[in-house]
Amino acid sequence: MKYMLMMHTPADTSAGIESWSPEDVKAHIEFQHAFDAELRAAGEMVFNEGLTFPDQARIVRAGQAGAPVVTDGPFPEAKEFLIGFWIVDVDSAERAYAIAAHASAAPGAGGAPLNIPIEVRPIVGAPSADA
Amino acid sequence: MTPAALGDLLRELAPQVLGAVVRRYRDFDSAEDAVQEALLAAAQQWPGEGVPEHPRAWLIQVAARRLINIWRADDARRRREETAMSLDPRDVAGAADEPDTGADDSLRLLFLCGHPALTAPSAIALTLRAVGGLSTAEIAHAFLVPEATMAQRISRAKQRVHASGAAFAMPEPEQWRARVEGVRHVLYLIFNEGYASSTADDLVRPDLSREAIRLTRMLHRLLPDDAETAGLLALMLLTDARRDARTGPHGELIPLPEQDRSRWDGELIAEGAALLGATLRRHAVGPYQLQAAVAALHDEAARPEDTDWPQILALYGVLDRLQDNPMVTLNRAVALAMVHGPAAGLALLDTVAERLPGHHRVAAVRGHLLELSGDLPAAAAAFTVALHASPSPAELRYLATHLASVNARAAAL
Repeated sequence: MKYMLMMHTPADTSAGIESWSPEDVKAHIEFQHAFDAELRAAGEMVFNEGLTFPDQARIVRAGQAGAPVVTDGPFPEAKEFLIGFWIVDVDSAERAYAIAAHASAAPGAGGAPLNIPIEVRPIVGAPSADA
Repeated sequence: MTPAALGDLLRELAPQVLGAVVRRYRDFDSAEDAVQEALLAAAQQWPGEGVPEHPRAWLIQVAARRLINIWRADDARRRREETAMSLDPRDVAGAADEPDTGADDSLRLLFLCGHPALTAPSAIALTLRAVGGLSTAEIAHAFLVPEATMAQRISRAKQRVHASGAAFAMPEPEQWRARVEGVRHVLYLIFNEGYASSTADDLVRPDLSREAIRLTRMLHRLLPDDAETAGLLALMLLTDARRDARTGPHGELIPLPEQDRSRWDGELIAEGAALLGATLRRHAVGPYQLQAAVAALHDEAARPEDTDWPQILALYGVLDRLQDNPMVTLNRAVALAMVHGPAAGLALLDTVAERLPGHHRVAAVRGHLLELSGDLPAAAAAFTVALHASPSPAELRYLATHLASVNARAAAL
């Protein structure tokens, strides 16, 4: 079963990586690196990407004659933005949740777990054999 | 023969074989598919049966047979009747005996794959497959896209070549310079893709930088008197020499002043510098040679403080006059700051910011120059802008770490 794990970042950057100590930044990078390597080694990683900061996001709608109408940034009222995602192929929903919990506990300022919200969504595909 | 040596031989022969088949049968699109199949057959059969006495002729003959099979399976009845029926695969084997066509064929293929009708991503993919002999799967891996996506990109590129009426031929004399420049640009982009995206854990991805160097060496062999091709090859060698020192264990970017220079590749530096020296003595200077000269000056400095910044500033001054490229001005601003102080660099940087609004590199350079001037809070603000605008994971990791260190130093004041 494939799941998409979506990591969100708060819109409020006051507690964000911009204000961490060098050691905390290093520990966070090492955590993400080891996490991805473990998923790959376990044969569960399908695909993963990090996204640029939400400053780079654009909202596009079709305008006259289908021409793109581009406006800056994500919706300002949103409290969280997608910052990265993994697509994993795992045996069970429980395993996907365990992976998500691990990702959620990435270290932040002072090494404390960030407990980042991770949205876990099954990917539509062929029904499983016992369904 | 080791698998690596076999791979090298096949990729060396690939453009010659494709050239011979296209010259005989013309149909570039199907010929290219047929040659891929022949290369695959060789990769499967030769390790067990041994390399044939005339490997090039073997590949040409197998590709010709595959091509005719493709045509037979093809719905394009008219094309089949017009050409295929009049030809026998045995005819084409003779192509292998024609003297001195391999080199020209490789050049014609480079021109075809770097045709101005193609977008850069299409030209890159087609060059890697048709001239580099890489499989679609390998190219897809290198660009981290699904194989089906890359197969479609290559197929569309071939259709586009066909639709544009581009011929498997040398360009007309009046187009020669522009067309060679187009081929060089494609090779430069392949090199950059490999260089910018290579990280420590990317062992499974084909090495695009090395492939670009291999193809540029080939172009340089074919056009030994072309100064800018020599300049491009020198630039690649002098840049690739620093590759191992340029990323940390987690793929984070290590900027030039902080690199462990003992990890630079002395052989590549020596080769690049010798090539550049020989070229500069004989020819009028061009943009690739100037960039190579800057790379050489960095490579020749045993320590960052030994860097010959006045000379680098002079080279960027010439380059800035030759090319209307704000990135060149950006680099000149760095050199200016190193020679005449950060205030001078920041003043020039303001003119670049107008041309590249919101660009992450402008913000990162502003951060470094402000840091150099001692204004740490302003530097931190600039690095924050750069962090938020950067598209590269390696650079994001570097900027996050560096911003934290600037913040820590600002707090300690």
